[in-house]
Amino acid sequence: MAIRRGRGVAAINYPTGMNLGGDPTQALVHSTPTGNFTVTLSSVDLGQGMKQIMAQICAETIGVPTDRVIIDTADTDTGPHCMGTFASRGTHRAGNAVIQAAKEARQVMLEVAAEELEVNASDLETDGEGNIQVKGAPQKSISIFDVALSAHFKRGRSISGRGMFLIPRSYPEKETGAMKPSTCYAHACTVAEVEVDDETGEVTVLTVKNIFEIGRALNPKMVEQQLVGGSWMGISHALYETTEPYYPNRDHGGTDFNQYLMPGPGDLAETEIIVLERPSADGPFGAKGPGEMCANPQIPAVANAVFDAVGVRIDTLPITPERILRALKAQAAS
Amino acid sequence: MELRKNYFADVRKDGLHEIGQPRPRLDSPGHVTGKTAYFADRNFPGMLHLKMVRSPHHHARIRSIDTSEAEKHPGVARVLTAKDVPHNVYTILILIQIGPEDETVLADGKVRWKGEAVVAVLAETERAAQEAAAKVKVDYEVLPAVFDMEEALKPGAPLVNEHHGQNYYLYDSGECRKVRFGDVEAGFAMADHILEQSYQSSPIEHAPTETTGCVVAPEGNDRFTCYTNTQAMFFTLDNTSIILQMPGSKLHFVGGTVGGGFGGKVDVIVEPIAILAAKLTGRPVSFIYSREEEMQVSSPRAAEKVVIKDGVMKDGRIVARKVTGYTDAGAYSRHSPYGAQKGAAHYPGPYTIPNVWIDTYCVYTNRTPSSAMRGFGVTIGDFALEVQMDKLARLIGMDPLEFRFINAYRDGDMKAHRQPTEGAALIECMQEASRAANWPVAEKYMAMSSYRKGA
Repeated sequence: MAIRRGRGVAAINYPTGMNLGGDPTQALVHSTPTGNFTVTLSSVDLGQGMKQIMAQICAETIGVPTDRVIIDTADTDTGPHCMGTFASRGTHRAGNAVIQAAKEARQVMLEVAAEELEVNASDLETDGEGNIQVKGAPQKSISIFDVALSAHFKRGRSISGRGMFLIPRSYPEKETGAMKPSTCYAHACTVAEVEVDDETGEVTVLTVKNIFEIGRALNPKMVEQQLVGGSWMGISHALYETTEPYYPNRDHGGTDFNQYLMPGPGDLAETEIIVLERPSADGPFGAKGPGEMCANPQIPAVANAVFDAVGVRIDTLPITPERILRALKAQAAS
Repeated sequence: MELRKNYFADVRKDGLHEIGQPRPRLDSPGHVTGKTAYFADRNFPGMLHLKMVRSPHHHARIRSIDTSEAEKHPGVARVLTAKDVPHNVYTILILIQIGPEDETVLADGKVRWKGEAVVAVLAETERAAQEAAAKVKVDYEVLPAVFDMEEALKPGAPLVNEHHGQNYYLYDSGECRKVRFGDVEAGFAMADHILEQSYQSSPIEHAPTETTGCVVAPEGNDRFTCYTNTQAMFFTLDNTSIILQMPGSKLHFVGGTVGGGFGGKVDVIVEPIAILAAKLTGRPVSFIYSREEEMQVSSPRAAEKVVIKDGVMKDGRIVARKVTGYTDAGAYSRHSPYGAQKGAAHYPGPYTIPNVWIDTYCVYTNRTPSSAMRGFGVTIGDFALEVQMDKLARLIGMDPLEFRFINAYRDGDMKAHRQPTEGAALIECMQEASRAANWPVAEKYMAMSSYRKGA
């Protein structure tokens, strides 16, 4: 009886957005009298930070700091339609809608600034700090605060914009399955290292090294929180979780966190995250949706590592100590 | 976390002002100090609490329901049964034309899974609602149930759901969603080795911090405001409008700040019945799942069975792959026909294989309906595919990572569903994994690229 070590690898891809498309999202953007910008949506923030990312996307597009953007979302009386937050679609779909709306608002803002500065709007640029200036002559500038006041009270212009993003729906061909499921795919490769106690069947995941290609890390800290969380969930799926431990038998289902097993802090592996960025052709600033895929590659990587450690294949999830011991017993008997 | 900017630098514009910057989240201080308001923080004078009477049986006919004792229980305001629901038989994907309507808001004549909602009790307190629910008498005639997908597909198996007429979802392509590419039998005939393996998973819970729920307030203008943690505002509003036969203009949904979803809050379960209760009583209503309901009643990730048959050459090329996937929908469709279909679009994984045959089935059984969950249609498929890849590599005596390089898709490669590959990056992920994990592969693989000239 011994502690045995093994490692396994898995490589995957994952589509962004609802399978087969047909899932629209809209956004509205308008300026307040003092040059702050409100983004109105009906998208839902599940805790992943959707509101923050929409603020950064709007800020980048308009050309103001992120703290000048207010996100007003998920009130159906005011927010235009969003299909919902699922299918790794939030950032991609809503982000594109916000960019379109913000571009329209930015154009009006530049036109008002051009009138104030008596130049052509096409000669203007934003400095990202809250000012609009003439390209090549930054001393000739006006603050966005003043532009918004002018638009509201002097020139009667609405600094606002509308945004809509829709991937047209694809219908699978009945006999061949020819279809267009998605327009962009995120990628990952994970290497997991485990120890398996061949006396108890206990698995300890020592390290998980995840390489994720996500198009564009719009906010690297938030990317990190989502990818690390996903990686933990993948380990949890591999080794712990089910509502029906003896599926298809319906008995013994957990009804609280004492019975429904998930890893605690002490069960989590040393987790390494490396991010690559190949911008997608139709993503906001190239971003893809990594929300779902980041929890997938750890499951087979851990399964393969268990085999590498003790030489038995567990092809049924979750890979519990009971299943490992039964497989080891069967292996010894044969 | 590290960003490896050396990859794909030629196609990326860095140096933006706000994008790519690690700005602190504006909502974090509220979350960590307990100041963020969630739906359950709404409390209204006179608010009623809704509790469900649920089926104790996996499959049973309802002979009769007696709510008289429950109605007399102190604090009870109203008891609702199927006849109170205007459009009781519904299905949520009807909004994207995926029918038939196959599920009841409150059971009518039959229950098809243990935990199915039968009677809704509204009372002044949660305790009174719970106590009154226990006094509802339902007379059941227990029917044979089926839990195993293979058993369910056999002739003579108990019929789970009459709205389908058979124990699988009928696609326009027939009993399964199909993908056919090349000639899979010819591929098997030329292969040096054939490996057929079967993989299985069990249902999995979303385990959000905040359980599913909503609080509804009737407004003075004949409208209803629903504070909800749904993941999809208008999807829920529009389905509620159908179920309650109420114009959408009467409905006002407020949400957007949710304590974890993972797909578990894409079903439309709590809002329609809570709004109906508010309408019939004229009072605010709260309907929030207990942790037990969240774990055993709300939809889990579907159990799946995946059978993969591969033909592989000694040099590492996979020449044929046949995948048969089964998704255990439980008793009702919810999002499972969509999930099974997504699986058909995902196989054979991120590999270029000339001969592919895919069938994915959505199967009905007498268990808690499964539905959306992070990656559904793909997550379990990836487990099966990537364990299969490991087995194939070992079968032909090849390094598992090198074996994946040989088969990895690259720009321009035709996928089984007949879309050319665009924006591939699998090879680069594996190259970086080789470095990061100190798992060396031959130099020719480290020199590969997802780009193809002219692609």
